[in-house]
Amino acid sequence: MGEKEVSRRDFLGMTLGGVAAVGVGASLVAMKSSWDPLPSVVSAGFTTVDLSSMQDGEYRQVEYRGNPVYIIKKTAEMKKCEDRDVVVGNADYSVGIQICTHLGCIPSYSADTTEFHCACHGGKFDACGKNTFGPPPTPMTIPPFKIDGQKLVLGEEGPEYLKLVNKA
Amino acid sequence: MAEIRKADGIVDWLDQRIAIRPLMKVLMTEYWIPKNINFLWAMGVVLVVLFTLLVVSGLFLLMYYKPDTKLAFDSVNYTIMQEVEYGWLWRHLHAVSASVCFLIIYIHMFVGIYYGSYKKGREMIWITGMLLFVLFSAEAFSGYMLPWGQMSYWAAAVITNLFSAIPVIGPDLVIWIRGNFIVSDATLTRFFMLHVVLLPVIIIAVIVMHFYTLRIPHVNNAYGEEIDFEKEAEKFKAGNKKESKVIPFWPMFLSKDFFVASFFLAILFYLTCYHYSFALDPINFDPADHLKTPPHIYPEWYFLWSYEVLRGFFFSADLGLIAFGIANVIFVLLPWLDRSNVVAPAHKRPAFMVWYWVLIADMIVLTIWGKLPPTGVNAYIGFVASILFLFLLLVALPVITKLEAKKNGQ
Repeated sequence: MGEKEVSRRDFLGMTLGGVAAVGVGASLVAMKSSWDPLPSVVSAGFTTVDLSSMQDGEYRQVEYRGNPVYIIKKTAEMKKCEDRDVVVGNADYSVGIQICTHLGCIPSYSADTTEFHCACHGGKFDACGKNTFGPPPTPMTIPPFKIDGQKLVLGEEGPEYLKLVNKA
Repeated sequence: MAEIRKADGIVDWLDQRIAIRPLMKVLMTEYWIPKNINFLWAMGVVLVVLFTLLVVSGLFLLMYYKPDTKLAFDSVNYTIMQEVEYGWLWRHLHAVSASVCFLIIYIHMFVGIYYGSYKKGREMIWITGMLLFVLFSAEAFSGYMLPWGQMSYWAAAVITNLFSAIPVIGPDLVIWIRGNFIVSDATLTRFFMLHVVLLPVIIIAVIVMHFYTLRIPHVNNAYGEEIDFEKEAEKFKAGNKKESKVIPFWPMFLSKDFFVASFFLAILFYLTCYHYSFALDPINFDPADHLKTPPHIYPEWYFLWSYEVLRGFFFSADLGLIAFGIANVIFVLLPWLDRSNVVAPAHKRPAFMVWYWVLIADMIVLTIWGKLPPTGVNAYIGFVASILFLFLLLVALPVITKLEAKKNGQ
């Protein structure tokens, strides 16, 4: 056995090790991918909402990717949030995924106080979707949207959405 | 190859082929247990009995349960409960055993802490035990999802959502774990796999490991006395059973354990038949609805203390998560947080005794407040109790035991 010499046994050992490493890596990729969301789940992610019938101050909830999305048509008295309001036609709308940013419960909206209250851990959000009290660390997420006349298409990133995201 | 003779009986036949006599000696008749222990040392065997009951009742539930979001709820609440003969027995036995299993695990664990059975050569017993606690927690959580009621669904939503706090990959990780944007069919089927196959198999393997870790350091005893097991075993084998400080695992130790286990089983089946509702949450009798959060989400009683640590830091979700993470692994480090090598029951370690009961009281407070809505003064009580918990384990214990070690000239 020379010091630099690689014996036949060493070579076989290294070959086995290399092949095994490749096998383990490939198996891990397969396992990880098997747990990914299915293509059918990923592609079914668009919701279109017609806003033309909404009254001032009205709150509406639609479903987007299995999650509730709130849409509030703001009245003149309601606080304007430049960094979050969605302007469609000549009205302001507050839009967001109605999921508490603390631990994922669904806060309920009260039209009287115009705020959201999360029953799980007492978090509160104002009508703009901004966290005002309790454990929620951030405002509610604005879903990707595209404005199409009087319609809102959730799931597509329109120029207005990109502008809002860059402001936030 | 051994020389195989004509056997003079079934035991001899097996002994020639698989050395059954030495095996039984090693595992049973010459595995030595100290004499000076009390009924609290029977909890391990009680847990084995409980785990067996959970496996058996689980197998019977598995034959009628349907792992599908459209079918799961009815397969449990209608098929198993209304149609299957004795289906109610399997379901209630499974639920009650799961709940009681955690009670016994906590007793088992705190007996170990009380008598100092986690240190000075017994660290591996403690670590494998804590690993089992984590595995049982994962098993309980994944099983809780299966009936697909409201609490099943929202517990799954809240717990999977915790991963979103991990920097950079968090939000994608949550979707990957769920297999969808929300908790859904893909989530149910993968957790079904975890609950019925993968986790039980791992649990059984770790139980075997947990037993093996007892071999070298042996079982501790009520005085924390260091016993020369080989010497005492010789005494016993020579017939000095009275003088010897040890007894064999079988038949002597187990005969007493059979009594404790029988007594325990009587209580367990009384609960299963007459008071099973403590193990079933009323909210979970509403089918899961992904657009309607129940007004108040809480876990089963055995997770409430750590849940309250998570909620305790009501002003910061990140701090709460960090504290929750620490609370769930801190007990694993107990052998190193205890800086003293004194192995004795807590009532012989004055400062430790105070620490021990304050810790238990704090965990009971956390458990009670974990069930209450986190509003008003409750939020502050939860906060103080959470801080106290972390202080007790991270600061008080090392300081107290360091002083104890100094006093003992260590």
